[in-house]
Amino acid sequence: MISDRYTLRRWSVRHAFALQLFYRAFERLLIRLDGLFRRAGYGRLERPAAALERAMKGVLFDCRMCGQCILSSTGMSCPMTCPKQLRNGPCGGVRPDGTCEVRPAMRCAWVAAHEGALRMKGADGLRQRQPALDHRLSGRSSWLAVARERPRA
Amino acid sequence: MPEAPSFTSVDPEQRAGRFARRLASGAFVVTAELAPPDSADPAEIERRARPFAGCVDAINATDGSGANCHMSSIAVSALLVRLGLTPIMQMSCRDANRIAIQGHVVGAAALGIENILCITGDGVQAGDHPGAKPVFDLDSISLIDTVRTLRDDGRYLSGRTLSTPPRVSIGAVENPFAPPAGFRPARLMKKIAAGADFFQTQYCFDVPALRRFMTELGDLGFAGQAHILAGVGPLASARAARWMRRHVPGVHIPEAVIERLAGAADERAEGIRICVETIREIATIEGISGVHVMAYRQEERVPEIVAASSIRDMPRRAV
Repeated sequence: MISDRYTLRRWSVRHAFALQLFYRAFERLLIRLDGLFRRAGYGRLERPAAALERAMKGVLFDCRMCGQCILSSTGMSCPMTCPKQLRNGPCGGVRPDGTCEVRPAMRCAWVAAHEGALRMKGADGLRQRQPALDHRLSGRSSWLAVARERPRA
Repeated sequence: MPEAPSFTSVDPEQRAGRFARRLASGAFVVTAELAPPDSADPAEIERRARPFAGCVDAINATDGSGANCHMSSIAVSALLVRLGLTPIMQMSCRDANRIAIQGHVVGAAALGIENILCITGDGVQAGDHPGAKPVFDLDSISLIDTVRTLRDDGRYLSGRTLSTPPRVSIGAVENPFAPPAGFRPARLMKKIAAGADFFQTQYCFDVPALRRFMTELGDLGFAGQAHILAGVGPLASARAARWMRRHVPGVHIPEAVIERLAGAADERAEGIRICVETIREIATIEGISGVHVMAYRQEERVPEIVAASSIRDMPRRAV
């Protein structure tokens, strides 16, 4: 069950602050590209963008492509790697050593999230209330969603 | 043709149920957990609830706890209502999606159930159907928010309106003894923001840890925002305690407690004594409104535990 991807996931949490800085810049870039994406057609970009996103975030975060990325609010630990897919915090079953109730060999995604959040700057994203997932967005690119939906600052 | 049964409409003016009024009174409250039967006989519920009648303020009906299959919590709760008792219906995110869950909340309120406890639920690997699909469409916090939306906004999550919203008191849980310790108090506050009215905690065998947790909550501005009932229960033996620590997710039992049990001549009696002492200590912690007694397979000892801990003589607290 423990793969190389899992090791990288831990690296990402340790470097949560650097990734936060990168993400901020990347988000600004995406928003600027909205015009270009529109001309190319969002529909046509969806599949290649989702494939690229899956490959990159898969390596770094063990991303599950929920399509509603909240990594910046969860200490760069993907909440979808939690076997219960909890998006608002850990369950009550976390083992004393910080491993998962369901998969004892895995570190709890929320123990990692808490550690990552402590490394990040700004408001504590963990305290932000996350709505229930929209399962229609599963498998879709959250990068394109950022470009299309976030207003230009 | 037999006469058709008739139902009385719920009183739209009455917002708080019996248990909510009891919490609001400032009394030190007691709830207990009923183990649901593996039987379709309603008389089983009466038999299992009997020890609790008159000694607790409300009875938890668990929802497939430990991911094991039993009579549903909505049915157990409805049968308790028929007996004139006050159920707290547990509802977990494990087995149903948002469509089923909202239907259950509305249905439960129509059956006279006034308290719903929103929990994440144990993973399916813990129970007797490890091959089942874990649903977890909502998490405990979005579940709390869902019940609050139904009750306060009179709407489903879709926005569609209800002609009579479910008037229920919203319960939630917290495990002050599980990692990440630094996030547990914030998680409880998040649940209050989502709509939780009262909390029941995981088993507390470590009172100093609970005291620290309550202090941290106080620093986050908890005072007066919700009621907390600390989870307690008698351990049957040192062996049972070790088994629980190993197999029941989220249960923290300090080694000192297990050693005390192992050293006792009568382990079962010692377990009851530890439980009573724990309740008395917990009652002195500021911000604690009561205890939730989980006496698994020792349910008949609950009246004795309640009597010995003098909970009923506790002074009312400011609310």
